[in-house]
Amino acid sequence: MAFKKFVLVCGGEGCGSDLGTNLCDAFRREIRDRGADQDTQVVRTGCFGFCRKGPVVKILPDETLYVNVKPDDAAEIVFEHVLRGRPVTRLRYDQEESRRLTRLEGSAFYHKQFRIVLRNCGYIDPESIDDYIARDGYAALEKVLFEMKPQDVIAELRESGLRGRGGAGFPTWRKWVFTKEVPSDEKYIICNADEGDPGAYMDRSTLEGDPHSVLEAMAIAGRTVGARQGYIYIRAEYPLAIKRLEIAITQAREYGLLGRDILGSGFDFDIELRLGAGAFVCGEETALIASIEGKRGMPIPRPPFPAVRGLWGKPTVINNVETLANIPVIMLRGGKWFGSIGTATSKGTKVFALTGKVVNSGLIEVPMGTTLREIIFDIGGGIKGGKKFKAAQTGGPSGGLIPAAYLDTPIDYESLGALGSIMGSGGLIVMDEDDCIVDVNKFYLEFTVDESCGKCAPCRVGGRSMFNLLTKITKGQGTDEDVDQLRIIGHALQKASLCGLGQTAPNPVLSALRHFPEEYIAHIRDKKCPASKCLDLVTYYILPEKCIGCTLCARHCPVNCISGERRKIHVIDAARCIKCGECYRVCKFEAVSRG
Amino acid sequence: MIAERQESSEGLTIRPDDSGHSNAREKTEGTGSVGTEKLTPELTDFIIRWRDKPGNLIMVLHRIQETYRYIPRAIAFQVADLLRVPLARIYGVITFYHFFRLKRPGRHLISVCMGTACYLRGAEDLIQELETLLGTGLNTVTEDGEFSVEAVRCLGCCGLAPVLTVDGQVYGRMTKEHLADILAKYGGQSLSAK
Ligand SMILES: Cc1cc2nc3c(=O)[nH]c(=O)nc-3n(C[C@H](O)[C@H](O)[C@H](O)COP(=O)(O)O)c2cc1C
Ligand code: SF4
Ligand code: SF4
Ligand code: SF4
Ligand code: FES
Repeated sequence: MAFKKFVLVCGGEGCGSDLGTNLCDAFRREIRDRGADQDTQVVRTGCFGFCRKGPVVKILPDETLYVNVKPDDAAEIVFEHVLRGRPVTRLRYDQEESRRLTRLEGSAFYHKQFRIVLRNCGYIDPESIDDYIARDGYAALEKVLFEMKPQDVIAELRESGLRGRGGAGFPTWRKWVFTKEVPSDEKYIICNADEGDPGAYMDRSTLEGDPHSVLEAMAIAGRTVGARQGYIYIRAEYPLAIKRLEIAITQAREYGLLGRDILGSGFDFDIELRLGAGAFVCGEETALIASIEGKRGMPIPRPPFPAVRGLWGKPTVINNVETLANIPVIMLRGGKWFGSIGTATSKGTKVFALTGKVVNSGLIEVPMGTTLREIIFDIGGGIKGGKKFKAAQTGGPSGGLIPAAYLDTPIDYESLGALGSIMGSGGLIVMDEDDCIVDVNKFYLEFTVDESCGKCAPCRVGGRSMFNLLTKITKGQGTDEDVDQLRIIGHALQKASLCGLGQTAPNPVLSALRHFPEEYIAHIRDKKCPASKCLDLVTYYILPEKCIGCTLCARHCPVNCISGERRKIHVIDAARCIKCGECYRVCKFEAVSRG
Repeated sequence: MIAERQESSEGLTIRPDDSGHSNAREKTEGTGSVGTEKLTPELTDFIIRWRDKPGNLIMVLHRIQETYRYIPRAIAFQVADLLRVPLARIYGVITFYHFFRLKRPGRHLISVCMGTACYLRGAEDLIQELETLLGTGLNTVTEDGEFSVEAVRCLGCCGLAPVLTVDGQVYGRMTKEHLADILAKYGGQSLSAK
């Protein structure tokens, strides 16, 4: 059956999975009822990345993008657009932006993006292997099996300059060579889909939107290094991604693309899933291996590296989801092409989960070397509510805070490292003037302390001490010596911790001391929190000259600590105030102040 | 044999009215008893199928938690027997991973995301409001056994921050004002009326 029109409904879990399902059903029903099901197909795709406006629906071939679509809107879109070719302006994305850009690739959100990893997300039905194959899926595996030798694959990868997207940025070809060179009866390929950075969901969307790309890459890796078994270690918190991977694995086996004698080449390779269980440290490769082995996920010292001695003591390649998703494209289009994108040291693109105080939060993919300003202001549409940008954090709990002065830095592994942050796996959190740097530091340290496996003392004891010092500072009891202590302990952690978790845990604090010393000084010397976030340092009061006595604040105060008669100046009883900020929010005359 | 197992597994399906049962269990646990749950035939089959695969323990525990919503002590004993591993190893693993629960959660489980994106957009306020509405804190069960609230790491829906889930259903762009209505949907009217 040849379809002429397609209704693509975003099916990432970002929009709430059943919302997407209802929407899909609504479109299918409408199209069937109107007798258009012969030439129009409804496809439930992966995430479009445009989560702030979700659920999103796209009509092909004209590429009209509808946002915030509800099941009730299906009738109108089908009747007007699909049947009569008249776009429904009410829901069309350009309306709000009052721009004449209707095409997906033309809208500001997508303009600066370049999609390699997310090439299929939002375009194919992730539960259909045929859709994947129709877009060159498994062509790379076929090429590797029949036209390339393992050393050709390595050479192509080397020329591409692909580096690991899981955080550290280690050249992928070198990892593969290490494993390839070790003689062993068994070798393994592991896909790291643990995605532990709280506030990041790149890998999740890739797996939900295009699961076959990862399977194909793992088979290519297996062929190249001589492994016959692969494991995908995925967070149990991602049920939809797990389901889609299971479907994809079953389909690939049915098509002879996984299992014995793949495509008649004599090469055997199969993949199984292993579920994580909510431990951030299991993203670290040696801990991950321990976890697949069914043990507590405790890291062990390296070397030996997993590439040489990994899962069950056998040589093991561990790659991140995004790293793998690049590989089929590199095999088809060539390392040279890939190497032409990006900066001198960092090639290709990077996917970021852009979140926090930015207007368009969502998933984006940009060439390496794009600046933070382009990402946050052009793609992200700037800061919500017209507030002022304060900082961006890359690399999650292992990364650092980047101030406005460096917004024009082209992003790559080296430039972010020089700023005291890291590329990380792709979390990009934007903070505005209402966010307190010390509080954010404390948030991340609380996370790392909580997630520390406790095996080595620097991380176990040092992390806790840093957290206690930060708590003290946010309570207004900090001293200048505390800052020195933070630095000393932080540097010790970086040097002496056994694994990456402890080694990088002080990064947020150390970068803040470097770029935002004034925030620490305000908390310590002036006993003030500039963002009014640290409650012990905030008091709420009413400005007598502005208060008109409307009583609104008194009616909203949850503890009734505001007194005053109608049309008379109101007063807050500071002793009873719980600093909820309700009065500050509701007063229409800017008469409530805090500081 | 099989019939007997089925019977006991039926007794385990979590019903709205079995909150008293959970309290009783808590007490008996204190006195050293291990409870009376028996593995269902499906679970036994699953465990036997995985028995010879290396690294099976975590996958088995996932499957158990899927069925019971936590890992009952009696079941842990039976898993130890079937997999032929020491009980201490099983508890070592359960306690290492945040995902596994040792206590039965309320009938409806509310998971509030405390990932970075959600934190910056006010997830703490949601937890506080839930505490006020439900009269119980994090990781405890309401008196009637209906609700429990837990804080989780990123749910992977950061674009919709702040996010919470109730029994797996995602609610995004939450504000304090939405919470009473959501609880009401799950039978918490009396609470939201307060
Ligand atoms: C504490 C810690 C957490 C990590 N979490 C992840 C993760 O969630 N996902 C990931 O791909 N890599 C993570 N890594 C990096 C992995 O150890 C490993 O370097 C990576 O999976 C290698 O793949 P790549 O070379 O393709 O990047 C983490 C490392 C550390 C130290
Ligand atoms: S650095 Fe922390 S997480 Fe890593 S091994 Fe040491 S205690 Fe464990
Ligand atoms: S809401 Fe503002 S103006 Fe009205 S009584 Fe309160 S402080 Fe005064
Ligand atoms: S901050 Fe909250 S508790 Fe304090 S006066 Fe205002 S409304 Fe009342
Ligand atoms: S931080 Fe809450 S869903 Fe990611």
